[in-house]
Amino acid sequence: MSGMQVIFLIAAAVTLGSAIAAVSARKMLHAALWLVLALLGVAVIFALLEASFFAVVQVLVYIGAISILVIFAVMLSRTSLTDEGSQTNRGWWVAALGLVIVLIGVVAALSLWPKWTAMPGALPAAATDMATLGKQLVDPNGYLLPFELSSILLLAALVGAIYTAVDKKEEKP
Amino acid sequence: MIPLSWYLILAAALMSIGLFGVITRKNLVGALIGIELMLNAVNINLVAFWRYFHNARPEMDGLVFVALIFVVAAGETAIGLALIISAYRSRKTVDVNELNLLKG
Amino acid sequence: MSFLADPVNFITQWLSTLLIGWGASASFTQLILYIIGAGALTLGALFFTVFLIWLERKIGGRFQDRLGPNRLGPWGIFQPIADMLKIFTKEYITPTGADKVPFNLAPILAVGGVLAMWAVIPYASTVFGVNFNIGVVYLIAVGAIGDLGIIMAGLGSNNKYALLSGFRAVANLISYEVPMVLVLLIPVLFSGSLGMNDIVKSQQTWNIFLAPLAALIFFTTSIAENGRAPFDLLEADSELVAGFNVEYSGLKFGMFYVADFLHSFTAALVFSTVFLGGWRGPGAETIPILGFVYLILKSSLVYFLILHIRFTIPRFRIDQMMDFNWKFLTPISLVLLMVTIVIDKLIPTDLTFIRISVHWAVNILIWVAADRILSAALKSHPAKVVARPRPLARPPHVAVDEKPGGEI
Repeated sequence: MSGMQVIFLIAAAVTLGSAIAAVSARKMLHAALWLVLALLGVAVIFALLEASFFAVVQVLVYIGAISILVIFAVMLSRTSLTDEGSQTNRGWWVAALGLVIVLIGVVAALSLWPKWTAMPGALPAAATDMATLGKQLVDPNGYLLPFELSSILLLAALVGAIYTAVDKKEEKP
Repeated sequence: MIPLSWYLILAAALMSIGLFGVITRKNLVGALIGIELMLNAVNINLVAFWRYFHNARPEMDGLVFVALIFVVAAGETAIGLALIISAYRSRKTVDVNELNLLKG
Repeated sequence: MSFLADPVNFITQWLSTLLIGWGASASFTQLILYIIGAGALTLGALFFTVFLIWLERKIGGRFQDRLGPNRLGPWGIFQPIADMLKIFTKEYITPTGADKVPFNLAPILAVGGVLAMWAVIPYASTVFGVNFNIGVVYLIAVGAIGDLGIIMAGLGSNNKYALLSGFRAVANLISYEVPMVLVLLIPVLFSGSLGMNDIVKSQQTWNIFLAPLAALIFFTTSIAENGRAPFDLLEADSELVAGFNVEYSGLKFGMFYVADFLHSFTAALVFSTVFLGGWRGPGAETIPILGFVYLILKSSLVYFLILHIRFTIPRFRIDQMMDFNWKFLTPISLVLLMVTIVIDKLIPTDLTFIRISVHWAVNILIWVAADRILSAALKSHPAKVVARPRPLARPPHVAVDEKPGGEI
């Protein structure tokens, strides 16, 4: 069992464990904090896969911004801050059973794929260089169009979120 | 060395846990947490496939996709939470079973 | 390789031969060496904090026309040791109803976020923690982990003032990250790489000469990220009763305290590395210890400037802070980023003097234009004061619309 495998098993255990805790915690605040731990585990997995830039961006964007947004939303919907009842709908065990069956089925079907146990090849040096990613993103034969569209998407999301969340009561005299 | 199957199983498990959260959570913010987990599972899948089967040139196909998913997830979380806050203001609840009126 | 030319590798080789001689395997040796390296860096930073506490109190005292601590030891240098003894021996009081795990984890995250920044800073030409090729993004990411510690502190104490202060603090901190990231991109674009080592190596002329307004904005946002005066509304004593760390006592509060002081010196270190050329100086490439001395000198200068600002300028209100960020710093950062890069491509790079003068001219132009626009905007929306006309201390470009006859 090499060192990388040990690290992967620990990171996967942390990720899956905190994901399960995040979707089944009673208090929403604890769920948000377990989500932070799950995202940190995913960042470790990215680092293991030698996508180091995305590991750091995962911490920056998801943990640094999105988790804080989720915690703010938990605080602003104040009843959920003190809610202590059962947090899942009735019949949750049906969903759990169904999903476990689907998961086992998907894994079994995929294991028939010949490349299931592929091992990683060598990564060319240009692949870990950020300049390559940048050049791909602004190349007209590359991914320029999705890049520009995503910036417009973010602008629309920004305007929409501000408009939806603004408190209209403040404008009444 | 880690075979590809380990990463794919991890991503599939994370996706089903996220789906479980979206289906069964009573609280809207809890459902959003499930959606975040699903998006992360997709990211793990993409990065694993990039690492194991990247093209000769360009080398960055999968990673560009991951970057765009980051962008979309951030935008969608912002709007989702704005909607949740707005729904809370008008209905004073974020329980999915209570938000069953189309009016208002 | 000699000890003087490459100290870290020399010690690493010596230790690994020693450990392998004792029978350890190669990967285990590497693990031990990583742990020793990380531990040495962390302990160095934490011991340095003791010195920083004394320095800040002495210099603060001098700024305020008093002596500062002078009882324990010559010039009071044992004062921080007395402080530490007091903090270590205080009782940990956990409020009833507090969430135990976030409450206890928050100081660890706050200190960890600051200490993790020390890993990517190049201290000399061959002495650094990790040579990340994405060091700049890493710095901002671990800053974000520190913010998470603050929010956990606010939510974990069962105290509505701590909660309110925690949210206000985090809203402030994530707002000030936006111009910080934008402005940090300018040295990255000048050097062509996100790694701190490359940024230092490419500063033939220091970046502060090529992008002075960017340096100023980065300096301001670093102070705001730290939560120092004049941005210290988040933990001010006369405001929300010490803010998010009101329920902490003993070493847990000590950790927040250490994080605060260490963060300001870390901000000075990062500023010197990115804008003032880091360890560069005459003769620093061949003798690493000289590079380290240069870096300490530069960051001490910047740290003194941070202290100067702290003890001189009064506090901002929260709405002034937000206005300053979103209406002034972010637009300027965006315009600065675009204009600097376009101008830099238009000038041939070997005429350094012309390059510096053009950049300075453009930066001053942008600043003056922003100032004019801001003054015009302030004049057109005067603050309405309903009161008898009374003498107000206000800058001349801010108009106040007084309606006489009200009672105040």
